[in-house]
Amino acid sequence: MLESYIKQRLQTKDILLMTHIVIGYPSFKESMQVVEQMVDAGVDMMELQIPFSEPMADGPVILKANQDALKKGARVNNCFKFAEDAVKKFKIPFLFMSYYNILFKYGVEKFAEKMAETGLKGAIVPDLPPEEGKDYAISMGKNHLSPIYIISPTTCDQRMTYLASKGSGFIYCVARKGVTGGQTEFSGGLEDYLKKCRRAVNLPLAVGFGVKNRADVEYLTGRADIAVIGSETIRIVNRDGSGAVGEFLKNLR
Amino acid sequence: MTYKNSSENCTENSNEISDLEKVELPDRNGWFGEYGGSYVPEQLQKVLDDITQSYEKIKKDPTFIAELRDLNQHYSGRPSPIFYCKNLSEKIGGADIYLKREDLNHTGAHKINHCLGEALLAKKMGKKKLIAETGAGQHGVALATAASLLGLKCDIYMGDIDIKKEHPNVVRMKILGARVVPVSRGTKTLKDAVDAAFEAYLKDPDSQFYGIGSVVGPHPFPMMVRDFQKVVGMEAKEQFKEITGKIPDNLVACVGGGSNAIGLFTAFLNDTNVNIYGVEPSGLSFKDGEHAATLTLGKPGILHGFKSYLLQDKNGDPLPVYSVASGLDYPGVGPQHSLLKDMGRITYVTINDKEAIDAFFELSRTEGIIPAVESAHAVAYAVKLAKTEGKGKNLLVNLSGRGDKDIDFIIEAYGKNYDC
Repeated sequence: MLESYIKQRLQTKDILLMTHIVIGYPSFKESMQVVEQMVDAGVDMMELQIPFSEPMADGPVILKANQDALKKGARVNNCFKFAEDAVKKFKIPFLFMSYYNILFKYGVEKFAEKMAETGLKGAIVPDLPPEEGKDYAISMGKNHLSPIYIISPTTCDQRMTYLASKGSGFIYCVARKGVTGGQTEFSGGLEDYLKKCRRAVNLPLAVGFGVKNRADVEYLTGRADIAVIGSETIRIVNRDGSGAVGEFLKNLR
Repeated sequence: MTYKNSSENCTENSNEISDLEKVELPDRNGWFGEYGGSYVPEQLQKVLDDITQSYEKIKKDPTFIAELRDLNQHYSGRPSPIFYCKNLSEKIGGADIYLKREDLNHTGAHKINHCLGEALLAKKMGKKKLIAETGAGQHGVALATAASLLGLKCDIYMGDIDIKKEHPNVVRMKILGARVVPVSRGTKTLKDAVDAAFEAYLKDPDSQFYGIGSVVGPHPFPMMVRDFQKVVGMEAKEQFKEITGKIPDNLVACVGGGSNAIGLFTAFLNDTNVNIYGVEPSGLSFKDGEHAATLTLGKPGILHGFKSYLLQDKNGDPLPVYSVASGLDYPGVGPQHSLLKDMGRITYVTINDKEAIDAFFELSRTEGIIPAVESAHAVAYAVKLAKTEGKGKNLLVNLSGRGDKDIDFIIEAYGKNYDC
């Protein structure tokens, strides 16, 4: 299970890295090359995003990657194929990330079964709070998959505990308000928030939104269990090409 | 599922919102049957809870009710009249056509009804800025107006294509002191304006208030906007009785997101002898990308925080939509409409661009009323229905907005077919 994998990894590493790609961006071939570089650079787990045209929680960088991948023909079925190839090739856990209508349209139960068959370990669906996702939680549980829930700085203690009780694997803490890819101050205010999360949550903590360099990862070491790098690797692909991601990641820890 | 019969006891205070709590739907979590709900990122959860709580409290607050009633009356000009279209009805030779003149409200459309409510609520909650999307610009103008009146800042997100098409409304928003933020992503229309406005809202939900433009979005917006709009139907019911001695045989309204339609229909939902028609735009054709007939051709799905009928592809991505009317150009629809469709309480029909433009000129030239091209869809269906219903029957159309905003665009694109 995902949680025990994370705990085991944490015995030899101070902090784990989780990266993210948009499947099919800039192309299917290149996104697999990026996955390979990420694995070679030692990342511990990875989110594979199935593109959706209205990614509500994502900022401009990931939004554009979603829309470009859709234009290039990324659809649920070839995303499953991509995930299947990645799972076969690489030993780390892979998660799906997408928006709820993609799962709903596919059929939530069928989607979870297919995820398990593909060898994925869990899913992040930012627009599906546990209150609206009871079928999803049941299907994920049946298939031994982790539904990853999100906590934000506006989440009250009571709700943190509730979200933690519904989730498995780990809890994803959003470092600030807003969408992915913006600026985050890794300093004072965040400290209190992460302490609050730690107290309320019994699962490992991942922190994302604005994590983009070595200093950010250093700040999170000891305060969280997993640092999540999202938009930054897409920015690097856009600026320096998909070959530059590995170097960047190797210098993060 | 049945509607609580509140029509009997609203005669005394028919245009008050004091009996809002008698409305049964949605349930406390925002569900209209299997539609609605709140599919939003965790970052928005708390602020939506805050809005729900504040709204639940304020809608029973006599001061708020009095303030809103006063603004509706002295600022918007409510009640809006009902007009019998004698010329048009006689020309058709069928049922009598009546118009509920929401086009005569201040700012020229029904949108002011919910904008005043939203702006008052935002102010009471201590918010400093209103933000919203707009399609045709009617909602943007109405919200900018309410913001100006109540001393709030206002940012309106609008697709590039709509900015070009609806130039007069863009100018009006700017004159009113709002910031018009152009949206150049995706299809550059209403759907993308919603995305951009949501993104801006997520960045600072504490000082801003999302003044949504229709009965769409996560709970409590579909409920709240419906509550503020239902004054239209409550007034109309009394007025129609006064004019004709009974309630209308048929109601007709256009449906994009569905705010003006819900506004007119709500007071009549329990009157099962009233036939209700919602008119969707079939644009150029029924091919993907050439219409916005969500309830006619869509399937249930989740977009922009709520579950409802949705025009979507096999993957679950929303399809591109099109209508000559920017205000109807949306792949989703309010969740209550989805329920009412499934229940069979409302019949949803379509009118294409050409029929709407014909009706636009027909109403202008028989009655001297230039309708918004959105509302012209309802007029076009009313003309058809008047023929089949025949003499002795009547129908009431929600003339949800006036057409001034559309004149340049329509003259350029269609003028030569209509001798101008």
